[in-house]
Amino acid sequence: MSIFVDDDTRVVVQGITGGEGKFHAGQMIEYGTNVVAGAVPGKGGQEVDGVPVYDTVDEAVEAENADASVIFVPPAFAGDAIFEALDTDLDLAVAITEGIPTQDMAKVNKRLSETDTRLLGPNCPGIITPGEAKLGILPGNIFSEGNVGLVSRSGTLTYQVVDNLTERGIGQTTAIGIGGDPIIGTSFIDALEAFEADNETDAVVMCGEIGGEDEEQAAKFIGEHMDTPVTGFIAGRTAPPGKRMGHAGAIVSGSGTGTAQSKIDALNNAGVPVGDTPEEVADHVEDFL
Amino acid sequence: MKLHEHQAKTIFADAGIPVPDSRLATTVEEALDAVDEIGYPAAIKAQVHVGGRGKAGGIKIATDRDEAEQYAEEILGMDLKGYTVDQVLVEAGVDFVDELYVGVTMDRGEGEPVLMVSTEGGVDIEEVASENPDAIAREHVDPAFGLHPYQARKVVYEAGVDADVALDVASILSTLYDLYEDSDASEIEVNPVMITSDRDVIAADAVMNIDEDALFRQPDLAELAEESYEDDLERKAGEYGFDYVRLSGNVGIIGNGAGLVMTTLDLVDYYGGKPANFLDIGGGAKAERVTKALDMVFSDPNVDSVVFNIFGGITRGDEVAKGINEALAEFDEIPKPVVVRLAGTNAEEGMEILNTDLIEVEETLEAAVQRAVKNAEEVTQ
Repeated sequence: MSIFVDDDTRVVVQGITGGEGKFHAGQMIEYGTNVVAGAVPGKGGQEVDGVPVYDTVDEAVEAENADASVIFVPPAFAGDAIFEALDTDLDLAVAITEGIPTQDMAKVNKRLSETDTRLLGPNCPGIITPGEAKLGILPGNIFSEGNVGLVSRSGTLTYQVVDNLTERGIGQTTAIGIGGDPIIGTSFIDALEAFEADNETDAVVMCGEIGGEDEEQAAKFIGEHMDTPVTGFIAGRTAPPGKRMGHAGAIVSGSGTGTAQSKIDALNNAGVPVGDTPEEVADHVEDFL
Repeated sequence: MKLHEHQAKTIFADAGIPVPDSRLATTVEEALDAVDEIGYPAAIKAQVHVGGRGKAGGIKIATDRDEAEQYAEEILGMDLKGYTVDQVLVEAGVDFVDELYVGVTMDRGEGEPVLMVSTEGGVDIEEVASENPDAIAREHVDPAFGLHPYQARKVVYEAGVDADVALDVASILSTLYDLYEDSDASEIEVNPVMITSDRDVIAADAVMNIDEDALFRQPDLAELAEESYEDDLERKAGEYGFDYVRLSGNVGIIGNGAGLVMTTLDLVDYYGGKPANFLDIGGGAKAERVTKALDMVFSDPNVDSVVFNIFGGITRGDEVAKGINEALAEFDEIPKPVVVRLAGTNAEEGMEILNTDLIEVEETLEAAVQRAVKNAEEVTQ
């Protein structure tokens, strides 16, 4: 079992003719993902690595039965691309693009609340169900099949934790990057809820970071609704207030909300052990299993 | 991206929001010329990106020319919470009877902009928010429709603003929302809006932060951003296209991916060191970018040792190692000890290629950080 994507997922890649889109579509195909179409305005009728390209997502869905999209579209046009995915009623849209203006995302977020599509990201590495499918830019070869679910706001931090797990022979059901922007689609809670419902996920790792209150809300959810054990990691303990630490969403406000300590306390209060180092996170997972 | 008060006030004034008469000055002479034109009382205000300027001595009210000279001398060149003041705004003092807080910001949790108004203006609004949250009236705006004018009026009345000035305040708030939308602001606030004894309404302060991700479609604001860098290294990082934040410690940090770089900073602290910076070089590690990153960290005089942590994902570790070796070859000497740790795809192959005559290599993140902390301690001893 897995959550959100598996080997039946049929993917359309928005922006497949661009540098990033082309490269990663190739990587996804190599991993075994069903990349069935590309969508790029003005490029309909072309092929990229044997994948047919359509002018609109709508045509791609019509012709190839796609049910998910991965978006590699530059920031200025990415908001529009997400709207296109949402308006086509896909099951899942994964927005990789970093740097989408926040006000564009506020409009997307509004529409999102009116559709049944799940949005992952933006500014995320994507999602992988090892051995079945990957949608995004995660390096497939570091993941392995197993029984641990991962959800994270950061790509490379996820890879680090996966690396620590792999050394101990621990694999993953699904790993999800929810993205480092202030306004994102799928939240920690959405992912945790799905992992809780998944029979094969025996433990969950959540990697949070400074900014916002998603981790605090997730902690509450874990305390009230989860039987599957969860361990956490929070990045940004040393971040000064008012400074954006790389991710647009990773900022401690002047008033001190969104600090690492507040998140760590909330998780600890919900019975979730938080590692001081990625290595310690792997220790906790090992204890759970 | 934060604008200076004087930049924001120019934008406010152009949009029709009443602001006090003011001049920008970089020398005491210019400041005195300004007060001669403006008259007394006049406020001399440090133009730095620091909250609580007044409490820190960065804002003074001069009632005559001697005071103006004294305050301008004091404030120009002063160190305000780590920033050197190189310009002041000289502004006509406002004879006020009341102060309000008015702002527009993005409510992350709701994913919607929110208007905020409070009659407890002129004080730290964050304190008001935590101690007496009911003193701030809020109104969310549907970003798809934009602001309906009634919403500005509603929140102003709800906050309990005096009826005779309420519509003027609502009009300012409505203009602020338009500016928020048109300039891709992440936050706009006026604290305080002053009410004079003649019942005029004036924006006496101005905070305007712009979404950095929207600067591509805000060319005029992007130019203002250029002028508002306050640190040479941060300016350089902007040119190189790095995500960079300077801190006060002595262990320089370079890595890829925001979360992993933050984690590296945290580990430096965890193992008893002090991080000097956050530097994310982004995906891959081409020689040119590695050279620039090393150049940035080496040129920070506070840095005594460097830890370089790259997780090779799609970019293979051996390619990263080649990039690092090429970058190292650009330097005649390596001025500060560098510890490198590669992980992920082909990490072992990468570690074998690395030129260990010039740098130290560690296999795990934890070990690399501990070694860099130790290196920094040895330099400072």
